[in-house]
Amino acid sequence: MPFVPLTPTERQQMLERIGVASTDALFEVIPPALRFPRIDLPPGESELETSRAVRALAARNRPATELACFLGGGVYHHFIPAAVGALASRGEFLTAYTPYQPEVSQGTLQAVFEFQSLVCDLFAMDVANASMYDGATALAEAVLMAQRITRRTRVVLGSGVHPEYRAVTATYLGDEAAELVVTPLEERDGALREGDPAPLVDERTACVVVQQPSFFGALADWTALRQACDRTGALLVMVVNPLSLGLLKPPGAWGADIAVGEGQSLGVPMSFGGPYVGLMATRQQYVRQLPGRLAGIARDSEGRRGFVLTLRPREQDIRREKATSNICTNQALVALQVTIYLSLMGPQGLRQAAENCYQYAHYAAAQIARLPGYTVLTPEPFFHEFVVRGPRPPEEINARLLEAGILGGLPLRRLGPALADCALYCCTEMNTRAEIDALVEVLARL
Amino acid sequence: MDAASPLSRPPGLADLRQTPEPLLSELSTPDRPGIELPAPDVPRVALPPRDLLREALPLPVVGELEVVRHFTRLSQKNYAIDTGFYPLGSCTMKYNPKLNDELARLPGFAGLHPYQPAETVQGALALLAALEAALAEITGFAAVSLHPAAGAHGELTGLLIIRAYHRERGDTRRQRVLVPDSAHGTNPATAAMVGYETVTLPSDARGNVDLRALEAALGPDVAALMITAPSTLGLFDEHMLALTEAVHAAGALVYGDGANMNALLGVAKPAALGIDVLHMNLHKTFSTPHGGGGPGAGALAVTAALEPYLPVPVVRRRGDDYALEYDRPRSIGPVRAFGGHFGVLVRAYAYLRRLGAEGLRAVSEAAVLNANYLRVLLQEWYDVPYNRPCMHEVVLSGRRLKARGVRTLDVAKRLIDYGFHPPTIYFPLVVEEALMIEPTETETKATLDAFAAAMAAIAREAQEQPELLRAAPHATPVRRLDEATAARQPVLRWATPPATRE
Repeated sequence: MPFVPLTPTERQQMLERIGVASTDALFEVIPPALRFPRIDLPPGESELETSRAVRALAARNRPATELACFLGGGVYHHFIPAAVGALASRGEFLTAYTPYQPEVSQGTLQAVFEFQSLVCDLFAMDVANASMYDGATALAEAVLMAQRITRRTRVVLGSGVHPEYRAVTATYLGDEAAELVVTPLEERDGALREGDPAPLVDERTACVVVQQPSFFGALADWTALRQACDRTGALLVMVVNPLSLGLLKPPGAWGADIAVGEGQSLGVPMSFGGPYVGLMATRQQYVRQLPGRLAGIARDSEGRRGFVLTLRPREQDIRREKATSNICTNQALVALQVTIYLSLMGPQGLRQAAENCYQYAHYAAAQIARLPGYTVLTPEPFFHEFVVRGPRPPEEINARLLEAGILGGLPLRRLGPALADCALYCCTEMNTRAEIDALVEVLARL
Repeated sequence: MDAASPLSRPPGLADLRQTPEPLLSELSTPDRPGIELPAPDVPRVALPPRDLLREALPLPVVGELEVVRHFTRLSQKNYAIDTGFYPLGSCTMKYNPKLNDELARLPGFAGLHPYQPAETVQGALALLAALEAALAEITGFAAVSLHPAAGAHGELTGLLIIRAYHRERGDTRRQRVLVPDSAHGTNPATAAMVGYETVTLPSDARGNVDLRALEAALGPDVAALMITAPSTLGLFDEHMLALTEAVHAAGALVYGDGANMNALLGVAKPAALGIDVLHMNLHKTFSTPHGGGGPGAGALAVTAALEPYLPVPVVRRRGDDYALEYDRPRSIGPVRAFGGHFGVLVRAYAYLRRLGAEGLRAVSEAAVLNANYLRVLLQEWYDVPYNRPCMHEVVLSGRRLKARGVRTLDVAKRLIDYGFHPPTIYFPLVVEEALMIEPTETETKATLDAFAAAMAAIAREAQEQPELLRAAPHATPVRRLDEATAARQPVLRWATPPATRE
């Protein structure tokens, strides 16, 4: 039997030591009629057979990484240095549990501390946690945190916040989802514009959430929104793409009270949606309201520097129903990938990756905007995504692109009929001029 | 303080693990060239206005070889399944087959974007559908969602579904959730997150949920009972069917915490026990690696009546093809942005293929056999508070050693000196000085014997030289850490390294 190493002799010796005739005797507490039910599954396989069968499933897919990829929308195809996978797949990291025994978990704990520090530096925020499940759940937890801090329930969401993030936040809020207010999304003068959230922020508002760059790629100045927060006591929550922060003003510099983001763009494979890692940071004064794990420095009995999980009384295993969140297992290994990625890229590498995204996207947008029948709806300035209205339904355009080995933009039909003829295009440092020219050529022929 | 400075004395090869590893910020050398990307081969345009750009990017600058050595050395300061026996109760630290990692990293999986058109991801969708079907068959439920990112996330999803179910029936009075005193802390934390009031149920003298207390607590204001089967005491409740029948008779639902499913594979189907919603920890029972604290995956199984409420999107078969379906008006909504932890799910699927139907039962039988073997070997040295056959884990009490001034924490730390990862300690809360030991099915008898011998030796040491235990561990990268000071004066990040100005 795979993975069960006991020999028949050993099994017999163990049963005798326990004082039972067979393993069945250990299960007598299970109601007899329900004990050992038939499981209708195929027989087990050898490693070779399973390898063959699962590889065959993989071969039925056409991965974005092997196409010219212009698909984004919160998940991005970026360069991942080889050392990230090589180091993060070491068994000592991969097969350890949550570091409950710090003396034998210093590797994981120091890496978590470094992750927290890197997120703080990238975000220009005071304190970051050890990770959340993904960007969307990080936002949902940020909103819950803002409600705890302000003891208010109303939440203003910018229409530039990723629709999937807004939906997950609504799921988490449950009854209080009724208190969610979303700013209008308007098309004016040939441009898609997010309504200004500032006028919606009032004395009942726990927080206002904006995304930079927006889901549609746009960049905005949030100075006036910060002032509206100062006037009303609402918190400013920002959703950011951490890779863009190689170039863009960080949430701390905008005056964000809580900043969250999806760490996938920092060295994590797209992997059909996960696992990813939610980044979450806040001001020092709110640290005890942060959900999730925190690693901190501690000294051992000989005065050496070490690391422990700390400020534990916020957590479910200590506080039970009074915890800041139920989160327990989160994304340590993915956070490690982000930590390794950032340490390899350094400030120059990250800045260059962000700038290349920007340059390729602007080249592509300019070429597409020149085509008859196509309009770029995302106004300048934008980062590396832009909305394109085309002459045909985007699904049809994408089918034609796919024949040419190109993965087209994300159709926006699910956002409503006004955007049914639109798609969200993305460029990263992985694209080349040749790919963009090929894209434009196919689009021109439609 | 000599040891704090790596250069104050030459470490020697054997001593390397004890040498403090500098932080990345301490390894940073400004102006050292880092990773270079090719310059974009398109005409450059002007950057956004300056007030949208950052002024400085204060990240460490470390060369590639230094990065490789840094993280390799850090890894060597970790204990892991790959390095030794890890009997951490309730965590099911079984062998994580290497094939599964290799398969999850195939470009045909790892290179997929979640928004790709369905026709380009048929293999991935077929895998998800097959994994859902296999988990439904193993647990006896009608439908499975693979979206939850972890066990606690599965609990959240499950309780949101239970609330939606009651609401839709117009039953809005149900504001309480019953949680046994032996439950994981996530259970009451989740109930509170969903807005329920939790009511704690006591355990009886045999380690079951107190049936009379349950009956007294049930009423038209109770939404659900959250029950862990087998319980965190490593015991299968002797009144399981009576419990679930009583809950249903009161119009409430039964939430099953499946963290301990490793005892029940092919042994009993939780749906047949009267559970309505069950989460499974794929990073426990189904062998996916825990990664030092995630990513996990908390698959959620539900009865047919609860299927409409599952998170969107769901995988649907249409003829020979699969598609993702978003239009499900009764769904609680999405619980994560892009479906589940696909890379984890690939691993669990490969594991299930290896086991097959008969392998599942063999896993649970061996897991239960190993736990009972340790129970019998250790009962001479430690108290077994509920001494009846246990399931996949055994809970001991170290209260006997208290007379010598030795606590369970000291036993745990001393085990590290013997080369073992300690069991879970001080949990469940209902056992004094608890030691919760889960050997799993993937260990040899020789390993179990060696562990038992170490536990016995430590019990003897507790009598003869208790100070040895109180000062343990002795040979780790760091000794016992001062957690109290760390919490009073938290240092949660390094001092920001010198900024690289653009």
